[in-house]
Amino acid sequence: MGNGETTVEKKISTDTALDIPWNVVVHNDPVNLMTYVTMVFQRVFGYSKDRAQKHMLEVHEHGRSIVWTGVREPAESYVEQLQGYLLLATLEKAQ
Amino acid sequence: MTVEVTRTEDGLRLARLDLFFVELLRQIPVSADPADSDAARDRLYPTATNDAQSNEDWRAYVHPELKTLFTDATELVREDLEKFEQLDETNDNWAFEIPAIHFDQWLNVLNQARLALAARFDFKEIEMSQNGPRNIETVRDLSLFQVHFYGFLQECLLQDMAE
Repeated sequence: MGNGETTVEKKISTDTALDIPWNVVVHNDPVNLMTYVTMVFQRVFGYSKDRAQKHMLEVHEHGRSIVWTGVREPAESYVEQLQGYLLLATLEKAQ
Repeated sequence: MTVEVTRTEDGLRLARLDLFFVELLRQIPVSADPADSDAARDRLYPTATNDAQSNEDWRAYVHPELKTLFTDATELVREDLEKFEQLDETNDNWAFEIPAIHFDQWLNVLNQARLALAARFDFKEIEMSQNGPRNIETVRDLSLFQVHFYGFLQECLLQDMAE
């Protein structure tokens, strides 16, 4: 029993290590309003208005912005929230 | 064509609406429904990665949650849209109030409608960045006008929320 638990712990640890880091990427679309995108970044990530606007402008001018980087589970949750706000958000492994 | 927008104690009031704008507002839930268009459905329900298995999981577990979120918001907006007031005998003076407690759902459904219309008609960036069509002669023109009008409403809501 004890050995089994140790194995599971090691597996989780290895998977987690392999999973770091993931990028949450927001892509440009011509429909979402710039003020709306800024508000969504403030709400979802708790970013300041300046930081949210910086990411919004990066999306607008460069076509995409990495808005958050970290472990996979919260990254997936962020993508789901952003898609709930109808932003074009994806998840990708950081280089 | 004019629409008067004022802040009230309980929300945002649209007035001096003629039947054309009343109909545009009533079309919000219809336009938001992506059922008739693969392009609209793909835009409202995107996948999340470039991995086929992950995307299959995303469709199985996340898309139903998004659908519930979008459907609930749409139903609430649909109920609000049953409360138009006709202010006089003419058909050019209707009023309508968006309750402040429903602003989030309205923003969401207006966005669903704008994105679904843009995907259906494949509107280009240049069409979106201009002020809308000068003349409405085709269904495409009308849909582009809708996208711009709904965007105007979103701007009004966002401005009010920021104050």
